Amino acid sequence: MKIYLPNSAFIGNIDSFLANFDPSEPSKLEITANKSWLSLHPLVLSMVAALSLKIEPSNIVCETVEAKSGHYLVAMGLYEFLKIPAPRHMSNISTHESSGRYIPLKLIKDSTELSSFLEDMIPLLHLDDVPEKAKAIRYVIYEVVRNVFEHSGAESGAILCAQYFKKSNSLRIGIADTGMGIKESIGHSYRTENDIDAIKLALTPGITGTTKKPGGTEQNAGAGLFFTKSIAYINRSFFMMYSGDAMYKLRMRDPHKPVNFLNSNPLKDNHSLRTDLPYWQGTVVGVDISLDDTDEFSRLLNLIGAVYSGGVKDKRKAKYKKAKFI
Amino acid sequence: MVKTIIVKILKQAGTFAENKDIARKIRIETIEPTLNKGLGIVIDFNGVDAATQSFIHALISQVIRDHGVEVLESMVFKDCSETVQKIIEIVVDYMQHDDKQTQ
Repeated sequence: MKIYLPNSAFIGNIDSFLANFDPSEPSKLEITANKSWLSLHPLVLSMVAALSLKIEPSNIVCETVEAKSGHYLVAMGLYEFLKIPAPRHMSNISTHESSGRYIPLKLIKDSTELSSFLEDMIPLLHLDDVPEKAKAIRYVIYEVVRNVFEHSGAESGAILCAQYFKKSNSLRIGIADTGMGIKESIGHSYRTENDIDAIKLALTPGITGTTKKPGGTEQNAGAGLFFTKSIAYINRSFFMMYSGDAMYKLRMRDPHKPVNFLNSNPLKDNHSLRTDLPYWQGTVVGVDISLDDTDEFSRLLNLIGAVYSGGVKDKRKAKYKKAKFI
Repeated sequence: MVKTIIVKILKQAGTFAENKDIARKIRIETIEPTLNKGLGIVIDFNGVDAATQSFIHALISQVIRDHGVEVLESMVFKDCSETVQKIIEIVVDYMQHDDKQTQ
């Protein structure tokens, strides 16, 4: 496999980075990089790290990174993860600067590790002063990583990393796995023709790979990815999901248009699709969460509630019951 | 008046209740046995700042499916934050769907 780290790869312009990925020869990994500058979304690093999991370190070749910004790879723990030495000129860079607002690459294998990671994450990202945003971020990471455990069949678990970007005042998160991919996973309950149809279904509320029953199973309702996409949407942020040869990308919504409702159909949002990308065995999710003072988490829940409750109260007035709160 | 049992979520799930394995455990070990005995249950969220939909789903969806929506007469949610209350309402709503309205 060959992967090239370009000078810039964020969700908005991620297409060319993905298109250059070469999945052939899966027992080897060759990493090359732009020589002058590297400015990368965490999802890029999560992908590289995920690819390396099934490869012997001796079969990983990483070109010496000359770009001045290459220290980012050290700080995010990429070399440590690949089990290869960092270039000599970067060897004095710490992977854990206390003032930094990032989460270096982390492999999370089970629910206990996930809970403990989430506890540590908020102070690490210095999010204590934005509790509403901290809720949204914690929510997104829990739902996406949990999806990996429950639906991907990835023996190695989920790889994630995140970084705060001051210029956009946003936290960017990348989560990757090398499991069965969405088409096979959702295919346990729904027949899909291709990867993009599977991604569309996975983002639709009420659709889960575990059952066709309305309301889902006792453990799954098919809501996690819809919540995640909605959090990105309401925050005017990017969201992307790449699996097999397809990618769905939620584009930023118009800041001048108020959000009065959420679309349950992901194709009704401002989006782009690709169905011609090199095959990714597994799933990659990238999310940007703006930390600007936009809508609160509780308002998002009102909008999500409207999607789910649409019509039910009128249709079944006689039987409909409300939860009781005291 | 029907006797009620109180189950406190904070102690088991923390201030951000996200772990649905814990939710499932609470449902199986406390909520279901209580309801099966014909008792009422108070699910106390005092101190819980937020919860995920996954957590609330794992906590109550199967109860609603097994006992029917009437079970909401025997189940009370106490001291919920605004976030927790909204998520409970979302789960209660979609568990009353009988078709694919959201798809």
